[in-house]
Amino acid sequence: MRFIFKTSYDQDIRLARHGGHVFWYGLLAAFLLVAPWVIDEYWLAQLTFVLIYGIVGLGLMLLAGFTGQFSIGHAAFLGAGAYTQGVLTNLGVPFPLALLAAAALSAGVGVVVALPALRVKGIYLGIATLSFGFIVEEVFARWESVTGGNAGLHVKSPQLFGWSLGSGNGFYFLCLVVAVLSTLGILNLLRSPTGRAFVAIRDSEISAQSMGIHLARYKTMSFAISAALAGLGGALYAHKLSFISPDQFNILQSIDLLLMVVIGGLGSVHGAFLGAIFLIAMPQLISMGKDWLPAVVGQAPGLQGLVYGMVLIAFVLFEPLGLYGRWLKIRTWLQLFPFYRRGLFKRQKSFTKSDRLR
Amino acid sequence: MQILQLLLSGIAQGCIYGLIALGFVLIYKATETVSFAQGDLMMLGAFGAFAGMSLIGLPFWLAAVLAVVAMAAFGVLLELVVIRPILGQPQFSIVMLTIGIAYVARGLITMVPGIGTDTHTLPVPYKDQIWKLGGLVVNLEQLAIIVATAILCALLFAMFRYSKLGIAMQASSQNQLAAYYMGIPVKRLNGLVWGLAAAVAAIAGMLLAPITFVHANMGFIGLKAFPAAVVGGFGSLPGAIVGGLVIGIVESFAGFYLPDGFKDTAPYIVVLLMLMIKPNGLFGEKLRKKV
Repeated sequence: MRFIFKTSYDQDIRLARHGGHVFWYGLLAAFLLVAPWVIDEYWLAQLTFVLIYGIVGLGLMLLAGFTGQFSIGHAAFLGAGAYTQGVLTNLGVPFPLALLAAAALSAGVGVVVALPALRVKGIYLGIATLSFGFIVEEVFARWESVTGGNAGLHVKSPQLFGWSLGSGNGFYFLCLVVAVLSTLGILNLLRSPTGRAFVAIRDSEISAQSMGIHLARYKTMSFAISAALAGLGGALYAHKLSFISPDQFNILQSIDLLLMVVIGGLGSVHGAFLGAIFLIAMPQLISMGKDWLPAVVGQAPGLQGLVYGMVLIAFVLFEPLGLYGRWLKIRTWLQLFPFYRRGLFKRQKSFTKSDRLR
Repeated sequence: MQILQLLLSGIAQGCIYGLIALGFVLIYKATETVSFAQGDLMMLGAFGAFAGMSLIGLPFWLAAVLAVVAMAAFGVLLELVVIRPILGQPQFSIVMLTIGIAYVARGLITMVPGIGTDTHTLPVPYKDQIWKLGGLVVNLEQLAIIVATAILCALLFAMFRYSKLGIAMQASSQNQLAAYYMGIPVKRLNGLVWGLAAAVAAIAGMLLAPITFVHANMGFIGLKAFPAAVVGGFGSLPGAIVGGLVIGIVESFAGFYLPDGFKDTAPYIVVLLMLMIKPNGLFGEKLRKKV
């Protein structure tokens, strides 16, 4: 059992709470640094995808998990970043500039979405973002002179200081750097007044407002940061696949992203990456499991959707805190070993909140 | 004449959106949650009717009634098994749950060997019959949709107005706690509301099937019923139908007069405008929280 006695305010917001954190995250960092030489090319590609989805997940986590604004059209931001990056790279704009432009343009799109979203919340917000996602997807498909329409767009491999980053290792490190920087950025944001304002808005808009938080400003900011991260992720995604088309940014992709943060664990930075690992690992696990099942079930095309749906239902019913919540329970059990109580993480029901009464 | 023709097809399509939106509104009014699985319940209903008519060979009416009853039972079961345990949790969990249900329904149907992945026609007696009224060409399938929607609306109206069950539902949708204190079994009512929504979805599925065929992805039309529900005002039953008609007519006209691509996005543009101008919708209730 570990006791941490806090004697100063700085201790309260320190990123690494104790030596254990430093040790385990150091180990993770060491593994990520040597990964290209330890694991083979296929798994490295999967790891790169985990990093890319993790970046997008961080953004959605900030919006959905910390600010309480659910976006069912997040693929639109992903697509905005991907297309900006693709078009600019093909025009010969240097890679860092294109990346910045992708993030900036997505952030701009985020602000545009936030404007109607300021007036609505709850399920109305979901429908507004959903509608926006549909419209943007249609724009990608119809604006053929820029996006190539349904035929798709080939994206050249990135160049950095005359170095080609198209290959596995270089691109992996690029994604790693962006992922680490955005994680640190989000962590720092969350322990700043802005981050606490976001959490206050999530918990209760009325009390946040009465504490002097400018709702419109912070909601817009949250949308912009979230969209910028999604745009960064989208830009890397475009390079990784080197081919983008509108159907990669449709409603199903948006729902996949949402599924990722919910299963990872809403309201935790770990959850974004855990969810990304889940999203990448799940199809692999399903295809591995296929051989064990009878052919009628294993070869059926609907298997993946069925498993996704059942996993999602199981998580919402039994583990609403997601994978990170499960880990919290295990950790608490280990820390309190002989004294763990069954009802420690019991959820409270609230019947008083009504979305109709605004 | 052209305009009348467009109007007719818009109304027919709008009735389908309206019926699906009716399901959203029923569930929203009763439990304050939104079911993303409504479109997929519609798909299940259409497949149920298809199974009854083509696979077993039942006569049309019997198969239709059986499909509706089976879907109603399925809706009640769904509420009992999946939705009830997390009642009182944040609204968003239930939304994710219904997305999960939609995935499972689509996956299960696709897994049925030889049937799930194909498109089928529903053998309805009024298939491919056309009436000519002056210069207006009336498709009997469209007419069936409009008539059936009108009858269904009248039935629902009568139920909510005159039957004990309907009045109890109204009471519990206004204030669950107060209704519970007055001796209304709110939990059982919530189950019945899910059953009712599933039955309405099944009817919508059977009406839509002659136009678009029966296939596993027909549930995605449910996503277009969201704009209908919002335009009418989430939480208003007549609003759902009116919103559906508005969306259907807008879509039909956009498809004819505007360039390609506007047909599919027009409903969403309308809903974004609606949310910006009047988020409560055309028939929305005006409720205020007093602190």
